Amino acid sequence: MGAEEFPSVPFNSNAMDNAEYTDTDLVFAVRKALASVQNGDTDDYSQLKTVMCLTEDADFDAVAQLETVLKSLSVSVAWIDLVHHKDLLEAMSLWYHSHRPSVMDALVDLIISLAATSGKYLDPCLNMLVRNFSQPTFKHKVSQTQLVKKMQEVHPRVHAALHKISYLIPLAPWNLVSILAQNMRKIDKKDPSIVTYVDNLLRLENSSIGEVVGSVILMMVMERMLDLDLVSGCDDSNGGMFDMELEDAVESTMNEGDEFPVGALKQNTSGGNVVSELLDKLMVLFFHHLESCQNSDRLDEVFEILFKSFENYILNTYKTKFSQFLMFYACSLDPENCGVRFASKLLDIYLSSNTCRLTRMSAVAYLASYLSRGKFLPASFVASMLKRLVDECAEYCGTCNDDVKPEAHQVFYSGCQAILYVLCFRMRSIVEIPRFQSQFRSLESILSHKLNPLLVCLPSVVSEFLKQAKAGGLFIVSESFIFDDLHESELSRAFGGFERLDTFFPFDPCLLKMSSSYISPNFNFWSMVKTTYGEDGDEELCDEVIVNGDADSAEEPDDDVELDSEMNTMSTTPKHSFMRETERLLKMPSRIRPSTSPPESFLI
Amino acid sequence: MEGLKLSEAELMIFIHPSQSRNVFQGICRELSSLLFQYNETFDGVLLAYDATVKSKQAKILTGLHPYFGVRVNTRLLLFDPKPKSFVEGKIAKISPESIHVIVLGFSAAVITDVDIREEFKYRVRDGEGSFVSRSHKRHALKLGTMLRLQVQSFDEEVMHIAGSLLPENTGCVKWLEKKSEEALPTDRDHKRRKLA
Repeated sequence: MGAEEFPSVPFNSNAMDNAEYTDTDLVFAVRKALASVQNGDTDDYSQLKTVMCLTEDADFDAVAQLETVLKSLSVSVAWIDLVHHKDLLEAMSLWYHSHRPSVMDALVDLIISLAATSGKYLDPCLNMLVRNFSQPTFKHKVSQTQLVKKMQEVHPRVHAALHKISYLIPLAPWNLVSILAQNMRKIDKKDPSIVTYVDNLLRLENSSIGEVVGSVILMMVMERMLDLDLVSGCDDSNGGMFDMELEDAVESTMNEGDEFPVGALKQNTSGGNVVSELLDKLMVLFFHHLESCQNSDRLDEVFEILFKSFENYILNTYKTKFSQFLMFYACSLDPENCGVRFASKLLDIYLSSNTCRLTRMSAVAYLASYLSRGKFLPASFVASMLKRLVDECAEYCGTCNDDVKPEAHQVFYSGCQAILYVLCFRMRSIVEIPRFQSQFRSLESILSHKLNPLLVCLPSVVSEFLKQAKAGGLFIVSESFIFDDLHESELSRAFGGFERLDTFFPFDPCLLKMSSSYISPNFNFWSMVKTTYGEDGDEELCDEVIVNGDADSAEEPDDDVELDSEMNTMSTTPKHSFMRETERLLKMPSRIRPSTSPPESFLI
Repeated sequence: MEGLKLSEAELMIFIHPSQSRNVFQGICRELSSLLFQYNETFDGVLLAYDATVKSKQAKILTGLHPYFGVRVNTRLLLFDPKPKSFVEGKIAKISPESIHVIVLGFSAAVITDVDIREEFKYRVRDGEGSFVSRSHKRHALKLGTMLRLQVQSFDEEVMHIAGSLLPENTGCVKWLEKKSEEALPTDRDHKRRKLA
């Protein structure tokens, strides 16, 4: 049967009368048109192309004809040639979103057939589909609702097509991933269509394709978020300051759980602001994705991939401000499992002597900030982590016979600062745990060692720690440290190094508006922390007891403390637990206060 | 099924110094990066491997990065369907123009309508399409059928097989095996008659 026996079907919409030609006629005509290009006869083919290149406002007949031509092409994929029909293939990829659902379906079928038929079409077809992951652009303006509606029509079809292709060609996901990466690179940093693109990527990760290539997709997304993080407009000049003070200043104006003001961001260039907003949206998308992983019991495996990306991209990039909160949120969703694993892995990095020094310092800074800020972490767990840190530092002290030399013992000093920082947040709750009591003795030996970490660590941390240690009745260290409200000192700068790891507190409050509303419920703000010196700052409540101080200290009373004459005659056995008990009783509401006798009568 | 072969090879694998603490992991990593790709040296697609370190002595390369070369004895499972050989796979999609088959779970094979012999006719039954033999009504090719096909060509880059159902001994594997079993007693009868 030769093609000449069939009437030549004219493809232009005006002349074509659908009733005259059967589907089979059309199929053969299409095949003839495709084949004729190779002989140099391009008339039919040009007409075919005209049908394909319809405008958005084409009439109903033209659209119907397009649909039938597409269906004919689907069954004639063996006749399509990569070289001779290049422009036809290009026409297929340009206007996917601007047509009706039935046309979209016909086009999708064509793409699937084409991809499955021969290996050389796989990449172009995947590309045709993936291009629709970004936000569509239209020739005329469309409203937001129309845009959303269009995306809701297009994206599920694209996903379904990708799955069908992966089913027919099992190795397709690997090709898909490189195409996804290519298309992602083409999206500019400030282009808002990255949000739609990442949304689709995360949906793919959650699907059967994600079972094969999910880890690569997640790494791609985190890499892009890291890029945005580094470019975002947060001014880092505030970063040097110990953020406890920064928080107090800002949080006095807001209530707990409120959204954190983005005032810091607005000071900077508008370009940076745009990027921050984009990053904010991406983070929220990722949070939702983590929640859905949690619901489908996948959070464990996703956490492993997240941690690997964290180790590769974030851990050694000290300037990231927000990306680490992805880990924080994942941990908050599953504290017993992921929460514990994150801390343990960070601690392992710090303790492994094979790892590079900067990585270890960064890991312990992350650990300290995480243990302090993670509201979902129980005090017993924090105490056990601290115990291991204290043991490590004590061991180091034991083997080291050096004086204060910040540059030589950076890892040690960063470990000490981590311990002090966590205790600033958690001292009250940890001190109540009996098995940690002995650790305070080890800690005291570390602090009074020749290496003198109290002199080297960040002054604001040290002064806060000493204040709380004194108030908690733990111990007094002989030298008085006068810092004059300094945030940093020369020695701390020396141990922090060029990267300023001495002032690195990565989980300080997230400044992105939308993301922080997700983080805040699980976040320990400084204003919420119950310190040992009490909320009202009333130091007279806890009289000083010298517990483990040096012989000198008894002769050098601190100026602040009022020594009760009765107290002087007391024995020096540790009574701090008793003291706290009376403190507690004194603070009890009047209704259940046991007696009305003055507080002093409780003292023996 | 043809096209699968087990080879033994003595390889020299170069490991980056960062992996010197766990050399076996480094070896597995290198070999794993070759999986499901066509390798000219091995003359086939590597599907699986089994490696044992031959000698603990490794020579360090001079150069910018001091890679060291470890001698490894390996057994490799390779897939190399030559033209005119026969492979088997599961039918994933049937349409009047083509049959799509998945071979060994990773390789896609396509048989276009011109390569399906005249014996088979496309029929639609209960909304499902299938190819049914005109001469043997029981011989049907449906979704999920294990199909034996002849390889026409193998695209090594995408692991794509172009197949053909023209030869007589291609088609549904179950039916073909049953047919060859039934053929045996008649052979015996034929021999008896011959002797007699």
